[in-house]
Amino acid sequence: MFTRRQALIGVAAAAMLAAMPPLAAAANEAEIALLPREKVALVAPPFVHAHEQVATTGPKLVEFTMTIEEKPVVIDDEGTVLHSMSFNGSIPGPMMVVHEGDYVELTLINPDTNSLPHNIDFHAATGALGGGALTFISPGEQVKLRFKATRSGTFVYHCAPEGMIAWHVVSGMSGTIMVLPREGLKNEKGESITYDKVYYIGENEFYIPRDEDGNFKSYESHGDSYAETMEAMRGLIPTHVVFNGAKGALTGDNAMTAKVGETVLFVHSQANRDTRPHLIGGHGDYVWEEGKFANPPAKDLETWFIRGGSAGAAMYTFLQPGIYAYVNHNLIEATELGAAAHVVVEGDWNDDLMKQIEAPGPIPMN
Amino acid sequence: MAVNYLLSASAAAAMLLTPLAAISFAGGTIPDRAASASGTVIEMVELAAGAVIYPLPGEFLIDGRPAAAPVAGHEIPHAIAIMKYQVSYAGYQRCVDAGACKPADAPPAAEPEMAPVTGVNYLDAQAYAAWFSRETGGDWRLPTAAEWAYAAAERFTGESYSAVASDPDNPAVAWIRRYEEEAAARRKPDAKAHPRGHFGPNTNGIEDLAGNIWEWTSTCYMRTTFDGVSGAVVHETENCGVRVAEGRHRSYMSDFIRDGVSGGCAVGTPPDNLGFRLVRDTRRSVPERLMDLLRGTIFRDRIF
Repeated sequence: MFTRRQALIGVAAAAMLAAMPPLAAAANEAEIALLPREKVALVAPPFVHAHEQVATTGPKLVEFTMTIEEKPVVIDDEGTVLHSMSFNGSIPGPMMVVHEGDYVELTLINPDTNSLPHNIDFHAATGALGGGALTFISPGEQVKLRFKATRSGTFVYHCAPEGMIAWHVVSGMSGTIMVLPREGLKNEKGESITYDKVYYIGENEFYIPRDEDGNFKSYESHGDSYAETMEAMRGLIPTHVVFNGAKGALTGDNAMTAKVGETVLFVHSQANRDTRPHLIGGHGDYVWEEGKFANPPAKDLETWFIRGGSAGAAMYTFLQPGIYAYVNHNLIEATELGAAAHVVVEGDWNDDLMKQIEAPGPIPMN
Repeated sequence: MAVNYLLSASAAAAMLLTPLAAISFAGGTIPDRAASASGTVIEMVELAAGAVIYPLPGEFLIDGRPAAAPVAGHEIPHAIAIMKYQVSYAGYQRCVDAGACKPADAPPAAEPEMAPVTGVNYLDAQAYAAWFSRETGGDWRLPTAAEWAYAAAERFTGESYSAVASDPDNPAVAWIRRYEEEAAARRKPDAKAHPRGHFGPNTNGIEDLAGNIWEWTSTCYMRTTFDGVSGAVVHETENCGVRVAEGRHRSYMSDFIRDGVSGGCAVGTPPDNLGFRLVRDTRRSVPERLMDLLRGTIFRDRIF
């Protein structure tokens, strides 16, 4: 079934293809079948599966499998329960990493223990509503989709069942794919830059209905929660704005870690709503706000803007030890609604960068 | 050090202030209307004069660097009576109904007489103490941090986390250590207040200390700087806009904060809830104490 929008997108894509020099000639099935295949086991965020930054081989076909889970999850320290839907059981869904020109082959499984149909829309993919029109599966079904990663950058993927897209997304069904340039990342001068580790921060906002007394409500099932959740969503004011699925999920024992001198790539994804990551006490040395690596990175940013429905990337080399807070710099959302994480950074203190010259004490009287 | 004539073996005795008799064991009178509109008794525990050795509240610097709180002895010069239970929701509500207290933020956790009041700030606790004193003709007040520690006995924790700068050249070493200590101590949050008695008595017979309600004390936050060589106090800066709240661990709260979780310290585990109990000084002569004992034999409700 084709919608008008889809038809228009299709026409536009066809026009672009006609106008563009062939990036790589369209491969036929026989050629694709000859590509080396790599099966990648996904890992739960904020971690990312092992990957090459600079591709050492030609294009590959990379296989991923994700199982959709519908389950109640606790999203704050008061024990508030969300009837979540998620890719592979984590909010956000796991991050996939491939290189430009690779093929992504996803097996999407909707177990019969689930109650709802689901699909997947990759912002990195071209056509068929990002794959949504070809991946709609009911409980008890699975589907296999292949798409070619033709553009580099960090891209959101999310569930997009017709009529229920927003509900599925704010119930947790979004994730990220990072398509690296084959030659790796480059700075604004075109010089190669690399990271020592990558952290993937998925930001989600939730809309939990409240009872007459203002307490968060819990429900027996997804179906029971639907009507009142939709009503709360229409108010557009989230009750929770969290990283990695729950308030405090990236703090304490689960805080991110780094060492002085280490370069970390922070990929930040928000499928539904604008956000503005900020590393308190640090910076973004190189930032791809829009997440698309064909554009030169911005330098030395204090805060970067991630448009709702996109993923961006910020690279930073830690220069000072301590506890860094990585926040959504709408500080109400950070401190009251949950959008705060921590990075524990070990290493030597640099007095040249900062030093307390005088400890707190009384104001001298003349 | 004064001797507790009533109880030579124990540091404390629990008492009842019974509205029926309109007699306060501690010397004042508790009119019916104050102690209870519904006949509830305000149970008190008397603590003999003595001393408590505890880590002082506040922040401490030695030669400008963060230092551990000094452990010091603090004299409790006179016997004090402390409420056996935290002030109840119903009790606090009577002050609200009288127009002397602002309504508490948190709804009662149980039947109002049995529910400790929570969602109250330091100023609310002060207002209640003033109203309760007027109503009863007594001199009720919040305990100091030292008195709270004395009353809490084995339930007293004080600072859970060390502030010591273990590497003078790298402040981050202490920050990371404290962060890890806090992470290790992180427990399942218990944000819902429980009916009184849920956490049981301590060895002094005082109920619910260091449960999930932190209690306001009258002690102000203070920063003290010591000389590294002589150990003498170089300067002290007191900030009475921030008071010490004691409980499972010590915390410093701005006096207008009613919800410890959202109003908590920027670092550290915040209090689950904020409530309070009151104390009053009891200075009793030997004959008075003998009379008390005599009365005690008349009122069978009395608890020892």
